[in-house]
Amino acid sequence: MRFELTSEQEDFAQTLDKLLSGADTVAAARAWVEGESGPGLEVWRRLADLGVTSLLVPDSDGGMGATPVELAVAFEALGRHAVPGPWVESVALLPSMDRVVTVAVPPHTPYALDADVADATYILGEDGLMVATVGELVRSVDPTRRLFAVTSAEPADGETAEGAFELAVLATSAQLLGCGERLLADTVKYAKQRRQFGREIGSYQAVKHALADVRIALDFARPLVFGAAVTGSGARDVSAAKVAAGDAAYLASRVGLQVHGAIGYTSEYDLSLWITKVRALVGAWGTPAFHRARVLESL
Amino acid sequence: MDLDLSESELDFQAEARAWLEANVPDEPLPSMDTEAGFRAHQEWEAKLAEARWSVVSWPSDYHGRDASLIEWVIFEEEYYRARAPGRVSQNGIFLLAPILFDHGTPEQQDRFLPSMATGEQVWAQAWSEPEAGSDLASLRSTATRDDERGGWLLNGQKTWSSRASYAHWGFGLFRSDPSAQRHAGLTYFLFPLDAEGVTVRPIAQLDGEAGFAEIFLEDVFVPDSDVLGAPGDGWRVAMSTAGNERGLSLRSPGRFCAAADRLVELWRERRGDSPASADDVVDAWIKAQAYRLYTWGTVTRLAAGGDLGATGSANKVFWSELDVALHETALDLLGPEAEVESAWTDGYLFSLSGPIYAGTNEIQRNIVAERILGLPREPKGGGR
Repeated sequence: MRFELTSEQEDFAQTLDKLLSGADTVAAARAWVEGESGPGLEVWRRLADLGVTSLLVPDSDGGMGATPVELAVAFEALGRHAVPGPWVESVALLPSMDRVVTVAVPPHTPYALDADVADATYILGEDGLMVATVGELVRSVDPTRRLFAVTSAEPADGETAEGAFELAVLATSAQLLGCGERLLADTVKYAKQRRQFGREIGSYQAVKHALADVRIALDFARPLVFGAAVTGSGARDVSAAKVAAGDAAYLASRVGLQVHGAIGYTSEYDLSLWITKVRALVGAWGTPAFHRARVLESL
Repeated sequence: MDLDLSESELDFQAEARAWLEANVPDEPLPSMDTEAGFRAHQEWEAKLAEARWSVVSWPSDYHGRDASLIEWVIFEEEYYRARAPGRVSQNGIFLLAPILFDHGTPEQQDRFLPSMATGEQVWAQAWSEPEAGSDLASLRSTATRDDERGGWLLNGQKTWSSRASYAHWGFGLFRSDPSAQRHAGLTYFLFPLDAEGVTVRPIAQLDGEAGFAEIFLEDVFVPDSDVLGAPGDGWRVAMSTAGNERGLSLRSPGRFCAAADRLVELWRERRGDSPASADDVVDAWIKAQAYRLYTWGTVTRLAAGGDLGATGSANKVFWSELDVALHETALDLLGPEAEVESAWTDGYLFSLSGPIYAGTNEIQRNIVAERILGLPREPKGGGR
């Protein structure tokens, strides 16, 4: 029994965090919104060099042969830094090494994320993996998520591994956790600086208690995410993780916005990147209703 | 990172499970807050102690098994799963004993721990006072020096003392230096509840039973040998285990997992009557799982020499609110039958005390905000 990251996993988390902190991911995300994928793909390349894109590719195929725990570590960092791109699709769902791929999985994920940037676009449905014909751009509430309508064209060569959908849900849950942590950290920082009525707003109990509740929600979502990673990403555990991480991150976004007040409501202020991303991810890869139903069914 | 139990931990689990299966009474004992129920629970404690299950984490010299923290959590899981009786000696073994181990003299340990482990002597906490609730450091009960007899005279009033109606001994803080302010000048005392000058007045709780009591003290003599830690050092001594791993801040996950499982059972029986509660059932189950996994994380950190710090406060808010929500959901599922007395109504009324005792959840949220998030304290005047 050792339910804590190993020192290697901690190191991996810190390496990612350090790289992303210095990579101006916010600028990359904002350029991504405008269809300028250059800076975002540069971040992609640097993370690929660290092995992020080949985490789930077996050693024997030249990948990292890592476990879902490392996957969760990586996606928490991606969420914390609002890194744009079809990471869930390329790393968790259809591990593709050097290629950027995107996959629609109707009905849960009806659109293909960032199909304009991807080297290949697929649809995963009842007939297995199909190559997709890419249609129109559909705007997401999170403008860094460029969604594309897709239709099936022909059967694809590859196939997704068993449990790939669960790994995508797990990765999204970890991403939500990272988004929630970032929202809380930035909001706590703001509450310590911003003064009203002659004192820091973070000294008022109404603000303190709201932020404490976010800390608590994230603290108790985290073990579900990593617990699901450790126990082999079964449907029940992954769904429980997605529900809890989604609820916690959403609470972080609501409290974050409320504590920031009007400045938080502007698109210019960076907080908006995480507020909109959380809302999009809460419903992505299975809605809360879908995941709650799966947990209930398993009981 | 793993969640695997070792061979010896699995053996320990199997042994606990088998013993509990064979020994847990078929019928629930009468409430421990009635005279007959209190005795019945004491007998149960004696039975546990005889098989060395009453204080598994204590040294074997004191009826324990030297169990690790992991084994303690395992035992608690099995205990609640087996629907074993509530622990009448809880305040002593979880709140006082850790302090006795850390700060008590060997003589005190030998004198108090064995009878606590067997349930022969039941301990009641004497913290709160009528004017000192959440603001515990404002307490006013006094201890004055009696050099002639080599001890102290206690005076004042304590309240909300759980189990005091039938318990044998009390433990709590008294102001021994009247010139000192707040946290300074407090001393930790142990005193028999049948001592001369002690009057215990039971208070009926929300459930109608005398679960707590007021304690009036009038020139109660306590010898120096019943002071815990150094005189004047009471706050530090008491708080050294406020975040204690075996204390209330690490409330056993077994309790909530077992209740969540029973809630799921209830939902299976009643789902047709109340389809709207399905989400609440799932959320209660998910949160019980979260609490269980979170505890394994805490146990891992503690086993590696870390300490809980202020995370015990986050813990307390989470489990106490989970406990209320879980029981509310059960009552919703029971529909019009919900008001009829049952294990669920008992559990519900008990759960309502959770957000209040052991530091209200408002106090805990302040601690999370200030000590974990580093937010500024309130300006002085209303400070803690």
